[in-house]
Amino acid sequence: MANMSLKKVPMPEQDPKVRARNFQEVTLGYTEEMAVEEAGRCLNCKNPKCVEGCPVNVRIPEFIAKVRERDFKAAYEIITSTNALPALSGRVCPQETQCESKCVRGIKGEPVAIGRLERFVADWYRENVNAMPEKAESNGIKVAVVGSGPAGLTCASDLAKKGYQVSVFEALHTAGGVLVYGIPEFRLPKAIVANEVTKLQAQGVEVMTNMVIGRVLTIDELFEMGYKAVFVGSGAGLPMFMGIPGESLKGVLSANEYLTRTNLMKAYNNDSDTPVIHSKAVAVVGGGNVAMDAARCAMRLGAEHVYVVYRRGEAEMPARLEEQHHAKEEGIEFKTLTNPVEIVADETGRVCGMKCVKMELGEPDASGRRRPIVVPDSEFMLDVDTVIMSLGTSPNPLIRSTTPGLETNRKGCLIVNEDAMTTRDGVFAGGDAVTGAATVILAMGAGKKGAEAIDKFLSK
Amino acid sequence: MYKIVRKKELNPTVTLMDIEAPFIARKAKAGQFIIFRIDEMGERVPLTVAGTDKEAGTVTIIFQKVGFTTKALGELNEGDYIRDFVGPLGKPTPVEGKKKVCVVGGGVGCAIALPSARGFKEAGAEVTVIVGFRSKDIVILEDEFKEVADHFILMTDDGTYGRHGLVTQPLQELLEAGEQFDEVLAIGPVPMMKFVCKTTEPFGVHTSVSLNPIMIDGTGMCGGCRVTVGGETKFACVDGPEFDGHKVDFAELMSRNGIYRDREAEVASTHTCRMESMGKALIK
Repeated sequence: MANMSLKKVPMPEQDPKVRARNFQEVTLGYTEEMAVEEAGRCLNCKNPKCVEGCPVNVRIPEFIAKVRERDFKAAYEIITSTNALPALSGRVCPQETQCESKCVRGIKGEPVAIGRLERFVADWYRENVNAMPEKAESNGIKVAVVGSGPAGLTCASDLAKKGYQVSVFEALHTAGGVLVYGIPEFRLPKAIVANEVTKLQAQGVEVMTNMVIGRVLTIDELFEMGYKAVFVGSGAGLPMFMGIPGESLKGVLSANEYLTRTNLMKAYNNDSDTPVIHSKAVAVVGGGNVAMDAARCAMRLGAEHVYVVYRRGEAEMPARLEEQHHAKEEGIEFKTLTNPVEIVADETGRVCGMKCVKMELGEPDASGRRRPIVVPDSEFMLDVDTVIMSLGTSPNPLIRSTTPGLETNRKGCLIVNEDAMTTRDGVFAGGDAVTGAATVILAMGAGKKGAEAIDKFLSK
Repeated sequence: MYKIVRKKELNPTVTLMDIEAPFIARKAKAGQFIIFRIDEMGERVPLTVAGTDKEAGTVTIIFQKVGFTTKALGELNEGDYIRDFVGPLGKPTPVEGKKKVCVVGGGVGCAIALPSARGFKEAGAEVTVIVGFRSKDIVILEDEFKEVADHFILMTDDGTYGRHGLVTQPLQELLEAGEQFDEVLAIGPVPMMKFVCKTTEPFGVHTSVSLNPIMIDGTGMCGGCRVTVGGETKFACVDGPEFDGHKVDFAELMSRNGIYRDREAEVASTHTCRMESMGKALIK
């Protein structure tokens, strides 16, 4: 008999007041008992809609059935047959718009907590088994993967399973891409990312850090070196700014810079040589997941007030509900329907305030969301000493500018066909480099698709 | 890990090191930079490449021991290793197609002016080099410049060596005498580059400057290195590091470079205090 509770088994979390001042993980994960109880809520549908909602088509009801039987190892094997990185996706996927949005239990009550169960299984396996994957028999064919973010790691793992000799080239000093420089420790512990990279190496994948493709080696040189195909998963790129006065003042930075200092360079740790601004009052401009991460880091670095400034309403915010909820619990103040018009400084050139206007929503625009328009005479000053711009990114020009024949669209994103191949034969791409800033799981899906396409291309 | 294969003190505060990095040595061109990190908790610090040896697979860096990390790097010796060394980053100096060029170097900036001067020379240009130092005891790379330059002028601020005065004086004289440079390249402290640009502007000579803003990843991701050039936001790591000096907002660059100076001063002062208190405790 299924567990007919209308609510998910709640997942324990650190108390908001405590966690708002530390960098340890916010959510603590299910215990075995909680996982088994929640697994009991799955109806094991004959025609499971949840699987269709998953960009990598995890066999959800099958793994949940194994959790119910307490065969966690089998559950792990089912998940990893289609998803190379469950400990990551279980934490950072927007399940509410994917698998869980299709769950029949969600029609009346809450859907099955698929994300929490996936995370439980991955964590259980890492803590209890953590067997390194077997190295597949090599087919001797070399493939290069550019970038070690979610797209690159997934692509490399899938290709290695098929016997390809894969080299991953990472520009930074640590592998993981956005998983290490962007997503904070308190949402995704870096030890988990490092463990995934170690598993990849056990599969025979060579991971080379400090290699900026487009500079130290071009794509053409990779082919000359004997690589038969290249997957470009180089990620998003340069941060965008608003173009308002005062954006170059001391105390204005991009979310990318703030997060990189805090996460990759570990500036929250006193032993780190990398400085970060310790602010009294911070305005984060933008309403996405990256804005939530930056705001929550600012709080943890000791700010007294952290504001999220967003020009549309709360309902239009692109950040996950869970992230918004966590941010509010931690004391972050949302200033919605508010838009900055100027950043002002004191006599030393440091930020001392941000001039804003109030907005109201008008008719829907091209994106289908209601267009924000300025309320006349609504100007006011927000008292802040730091402004973090979290407005998205424009693609990195490095690879397209050094690879002849590689075409990009108007926005600078790489153009790919239905087989993930770019306009250069043998060069494939996926993730933010193709779509512009998107989610971890979509990048993982693109990495998976890239691996399949490369295998097809090289098997011809 | 990257090995330090040679270390040479050029003057009391400036050190040269050859770092084993064969991939970078093969590719790096004048004007490009690397980023290094000493250890796991170290910061990423950009340095412009001072030279390469493709055969030996080494990259030469020349640095002034001014900050926490450059001082720590200066403490290391031949045979030691540093954790990270990545590059070449940024765009190379466009050396091709110039007939007459003037390269102006100031202080430790001369270390990176040299490979660009050499690049211009090898591309067939007639090269005038003007270098400036505060005083005789910190002059570096004089012989190397003489080897590359068709005309070489050395200035010291205090007149203890070469000509007495600033680099802008001989530059002004040459331009007034009707010297037709296709390009002036200035590399050195920000105020020096700013005044070189002021000097050349009335003569309409295209002037490039090599900028050194605060930077983290150096690959076009963090946006920390943004500079305003001709009213537009540019990123030194991918659009630079060289820009049209007549369009650069130098005041903004100087202000932004000071963002973390207070913190560095604070670290330095608290550090001394701790040592003092330990010393006092010992004396007791």
